Amino acid sequence: MNLLNTIVVGLKEIWTHKFRSLLTMLGIILGVASLVGMAAIVKGMENGLKETMIAMGGADKVLLEDQDVPAYQEHLAEEAPGRTMLDVMALRQSAPLIRLVSPEMALNNCTVTRGDKMVNPSECVGVWPAVLDMNLHTLQHGRFFTDLDEEKANSVCVIGTGIRDELFGSPEKTGQDIVPIGQQVLINGQPFTIVGMFTRYEGEQERKERELAKTKPKEKQAGPVRRRGWGRGGGGWAFWRKNYTVYIPMNTMWVRFRSAAGANNIPDPRLTDIDVKVTSLDRLEPALQQARNVLLMTHRGIEDFSFRTQENQIQSINAQIRNARLSGGIIAAISLIVGGIGIMNIMLASINERIREIGICKAIGATGLAIFLQILVESIVVALVGALAGLAASFGLVRLLAVVSPSKNSPVITPTAMVIAMIFSACVGIVAGLFPAFKAARLDPIQALRYE
Amino acid sequence: MALVELRNVSKIYHLGGEEIRALDDVSLDIQPGEFISIIGPSGSGKSTLMHILGCLDSPTRGTIKLDGTMIHDASARELARIRNQKIGFVFQFFNLLPKLNVLQNVELPMIYSGLAGRERRERAVQALRMVEMDNRAKHRPMQLSGGQQQRTAIARALVNNPKIVFADEPTGNLDSHTGEVILELFRKLSQEGRTIALVTHDPEIAAVTPRRIEIRDGKISKQVDAKLAGLDRVNAERGTRSAEHNTGAKLPAAN
Repeated sequence: MNLLNTIVVGLKEIWTHKFRSLLTMLGIILGVASLVGMAAIVKGMENGLKETMIAMGGADKVLLEDQDVPAYQEHLAEEAPGRTMLDVMALRQSAPLIRLVSPEMALNNCTVTRGDKMVNPSECVGVWPAVLDMNLHTLQHGRFFTDLDEEKANSVCVIGTGIRDELFGSPEKTGQDIVPIGQQVLINGQPFTIVGMFTRYEGEQERKERELAKTKPKEKQAGPVRRRGWGRGGGGWAFWRKNYTVYIPMNTMWVRFRSAAGANNIPDPRLTDIDVKVTSLDRLEPALQQARNVLLMTHRGIEDFSFRTQENQIQSINAQIRNARLSGGIIAAISLIVGGIGIMNIMLASINERIREIGICKAIGATGLAIFLQILVESIVVALVGALAGLAASFGLVRLLAVVSPSKNSPVITPTAMVIAMIFSACVGIVAGLFPAFKAARLDPIQALRYE
Repeated sequence: MALVELRNVSKIYHLGGEEIRALDDVSLDIQPGEFISIIGPSGSGKSTLMHILGCLDSPTRGTIKLDGTMIHDASARELARIRNQKIGFVFQFFNLLPKLNVLQNVELPMIYSGLAGRERRERAVQALRMVEMDNRAKHRPMQLSGGQQQRTAIARALVNNPKIVFADEPTGNLDSHTGEVILELFRKLSQEGRTIALVTHDPEIAAVTPRRIEIRDGKISKQVDAKLAGLDRVNAERGTRSAEHNTGAKLPAAN
């Protein structure tokens, strides 16, 4: 008895009992749909987290943070120097395992204005050109700061597209990509010339939505244009932050904003942030040790700093994903097993109903093995057809989820999940079919023929 | 050499501690090309005899030789193969698979013997032509009359060219006219040289076969052989032999 024939007979069996088969398959359909859907949601989550991770500067970025001095140095707390340009110079000179050092001096409560328009940037920071590599920025228009800008403390700035959108108009609204290079804006009242602008940073999902919105006709704006609250104009937090960046040269920041301010009119030389990048992630530990040694020199032994690696964050992200995958997987597997029990139930009912048929087949020469395979294949066919339907359903489920709870991390259906779901369903079909098939194969032909 | 040789075959069932001898020490030969009937009232053991002859069941005691091979202790798998290759069954209730059409029903035994699709189809059509059912090949059993269903069943029994065909009350579920047609078909097949065994409780039906074996209480109570009946008269005149034997009597070869 060849396999193809068996499969065809199995399919016919399903077709003859359409409704019953559908009910039987429902368990598998839901199981597969939930398995694939769950995997898709986790995948979407993972994608979102990874995009955010990269937007925040990649895995090899290490943040040098302020820290309260340890207890045994309590009496030296007053002497703690904080992070200054001295640290930056020392790290650059003496820590060869540190590839990149990027100092940042932020201007708090910064407002950028142009004419009657104003915007509060996510950050307004004095930086070195190293920041481009550090925060993975891409300059699309104009130039970044030169040594001359730094040296002369020129009033120039480089902005993200968000700032441009607010002050000059976004491409969506004006219909053209305005490049405001050479334009003047006021940062906290001081005039700055825009010399460069970054690209637009966005997640994969956002980009797709934007492309889609382009093709649709624009809605007519009724009444005057208003700002709609303080909400971020869509997009993940990391992308929003990057798009609303204003960078000015470090020296400019110092001269224009910092040197005349500070407690008791003493200018505060401390930096807001020092970010470093290591030469390779494999040598993260020695690199940090090196940096630590250097900094202990500049800080005269006072441990008022610590390192925060993205490593920890990646680990926690991975742990989160693993947990979500595991719990979802278990739930889906249980529903698939329940589906398998349904199949076994229906196969038992089906062979009971076909005892006479099985007797006939045996009388005309079917071996026990042939009957066994027939029932087993039928069970597998039910499971696999259910699984295929489940795959189709999973697409619907994911679409539904996207409508019901739209999120920035839309679910992504992965081929791996589909393959796993199919294999698992096939296994469920086999296991569910074994007992009924065995029972059918063992039937005595005479009694089966007599069965009414 | 006889096609089927039964020697001292017994089939014993145990029902609630009680021993039931469905067949009791039966010996029987069937020659190739013979057309025999096995008659007896219900409960006489004729069905058990047919099941054992048809390799559906194994005897408790005794030996069976079919076509030169001993089959009384064959495994279930071997029995299935023998049923498939050497034995054809025709049942009272036709026993066609309702989900398959006529052609597919006839193809079924060949599927189990592993024949390729093309040859299967050709042989099935040939078998259907033999019973004049080839114009109904695509019909489902439910769309056919009883006689047509039985003809399909006969085609199915013949399609693997069996050594012997067993028909268990083949006319039992048909009106008398259709029954006649089916019996006529069996007679025709017999004339073509096939070995056929009819199992029935009806002496009238048994009358169509030259040789009749009567079963009663698990034993062969009487054998009649019309071919020998001719001789019988001669022998009777000579006073030497009778064609009618008593239980357990061994017949000489029919031809």
